[in-house]
Amino acid sequence: MLNDQDRIFTNLYGWEPFNLKDAKKRGDWDKTASLIKKGREWIIDEMKKSGLRGRGGAGFPTGLKWSFMPDHTKTGKPHYLVINADESEPGTCKDRDIMRNDPHKLLEGALLAGFAMGAHAAYIYIRGEFFNESSALVQAINEAYDAGLLGKNAAKSGWDFDIYLHRGAGAYICGEETALLNSLEGRKGQPRNKPPFPAMAGLYSCPTTVNNVETIAVTPTILRRGGDWFAGLGRDEKNTGTKLFCISGHVNNPCNVEEVMGIPLKELIEKHAGGVRGGWDNLKAIIPGGSSTPLLPKDICDTVLMDFDSLREAQSGLGTAGVIVMDQSTDVVYAIARLSYFYMHESCGQCTPCREGTGWLYRVMQRMVKGNATVDEIDMLLDVSKEIEGHTICAHGDASAWPIQGLIRHFRPEMEARILEYRKAAA
Amino acid sequence: MKKPFDQHADYQPATFKFKSKKKVEDILSRYPSGKERSAIMPLLDLAQRQVADEGAKAKKPYGGWIPRAAMDEIATIVGQPPIKVYEVATFYSMYNLAPVGKYLVQLCTTTPCWLCGSAQVVEAVEKFLKIHVGETTKDGLFTLVEVECLGACVNAPMIQVNDDYYEDLTAESVVQLLKDLKDGKKVSVGSQTGRKGSMALSGPTTLEDQAKKSGVA
Repeated sequence: MLNDQDRIFTNLYGWEPFNLKDAKKRGDWDKTASLIKKGREWIIDEMKKSGLRGRGGAGFPTGLKWSFMPDHTKTGKPHYLVINADESEPGTCKDRDIMRNDPHKLLEGALLAGFAMGAHAAYIYIRGEFFNESSALVQAINEAYDAGLLGKNAAKSGWDFDIYLHRGAGAYICGEETALLNSLEGRKGQPRNKPPFPAMAGLYSCPTTVNNVETIAVTPTILRRGGDWFAGLGRDEKNTGTKLFCISGHVNNPCNVEEVMGIPLKELIEKHAGGVRGGWDNLKAIIPGGSSTPLLPKDICDTVLMDFDSLREAQSGLGTAGVIVMDQSTDVVYAIARLSYFYMHESCGQCTPCREGTGWLYRVMQRMVKGNATVDEIDMLLDVSKEIEGHTICAHGDASAWPIQGLIRHFRPEMEARILEYRKAAA
Repeated sequence: MKKPFDQHADYQPATFKFKSKKKVEDILSRYPSGKERSAIMPLLDLAQRQVADEGAKAKKPYGGWIPRAAMDEIATIVGQPPIKVYEVATFYSMYNLAPVGKYLVQLCTTTPCWLCGSAQVVEAVEKFLKIHVGETTKDGLFTLVEVECLGACVNAPMIQVNDDYYEDLTAESVVQLLKDLKDGKKVSVGSQTGRKGSMALSGPTTLEDQAKKSGVA
């Protein structure tokens, strides 16, 4: 349970206006220049000390990522910070709240992160559907320019820094960092092969770091209160700090909430979301970290902790921390089949295993929903999902395979029963 | 599905010009010189909005879409062959490549919305407008499309109409919403149950002192 004084996002629900005046009252843009004057090594060290792991889903240590950027005085190329605001993972709606209610945290974080990696410019790539959120961001950016917090000698730090907004146009795959870079360059959003990694050749073939909105937005508070403070919150030294959780589906009060990393899943739902509809015993399954992470049955949900490593041990993942709750009334096979449709729809079409495989998975899943299949086709489904996983340029193929693998792992008896029932009815 | 790109269709106008030079220059100024190609996406969006503005004033209203001539104009502006613009325009789902209704009603039916009753919302909308997903009403006011997750899952089920999100819907409230749009009445954007953002409907579970100060609880 997180104390109120340790909360970073104090205007998550938009109780107060997002504008600069109110943001300053909440502590944003407070002596930003003094943090910058401590130097880039200090910033990166503090970020490493904090143990912050990327909040976009992969959970890569942020300080380490920043340290991969080459020395900007030697590369002879502009460096870029790109902020991934293409939040489209089903079950996830946390970055939206940051952008519409606390945008100055993001802008201040961008300046600090940009300085640490030698970047004079940042691009925020926001999903196109978030039109009102992008309007709030534009307004916040303009305010920051007018107040001298961005532009030449940003916030009187001696560092020139510009932030530009780029709106996407409805492609889930642009949340993948290299697809995002292609999209930002005015191409189709298709992921690039790595290496070269963006830190070497990213946007316009220049050194680039892509970070999630939440990762950047927590940066100013971490630097102000110290990496040790952030590292002191959470379960262990690898799962630190606070995290925004989005709780949707069959709960009494769906909501977004900032909680401590490693909070028990059951406590999270009962404390903040009013519990599962019909009580905890009415729970069937939970997708713990956005649609890509395998679902967990009730007996695991009883005890699992919400952090990167606990969920990995439970053969799932924290992902974006989009918690999708399903009660006993749910047709869990359809719930996963609908996700298969999503991955088919959003495949960029570049790699054959994903382009062909996601459609194949969906077609077989449609039959599984009815039970119009044979029991050994469940094994074939699992087998083909493993042929997609790991055989594509980006993780979209993996993400399409995992929900189905989770379903078969935990709900195979239900799938088999449905097949037998269908055959009985047909006979 | 919306209609696919047909560059020879009879509804394609012969020419297209951007009305505001300043807006075009503003967009180009965001990207380094020599990287004008980056401006393709914002320019496509600008073109779509310009068409929508014209459509709102037309006798039979229509919504924003991108004519082929606009893509060619954009190609000229950014100094790329037209195919580079076509391939971008056809890749992303938010660019309408054929005329649509004044209100583009985008129904989210991905799992989190489905769990909360998006199927009933879709059914109610289809019944009220008397069209199916993928079709446009005869008066040109509404086009229905099914979309993938719009990222407002804790406020499910939700739909997007043009730029705005309408959240926490029921079969009844979505019909009321469409009625109000049809009658040109003012509608409230966001949650239709009066919820503040993504806060729990029952009230705040965190920062309760601050909630009191802000007059929320």
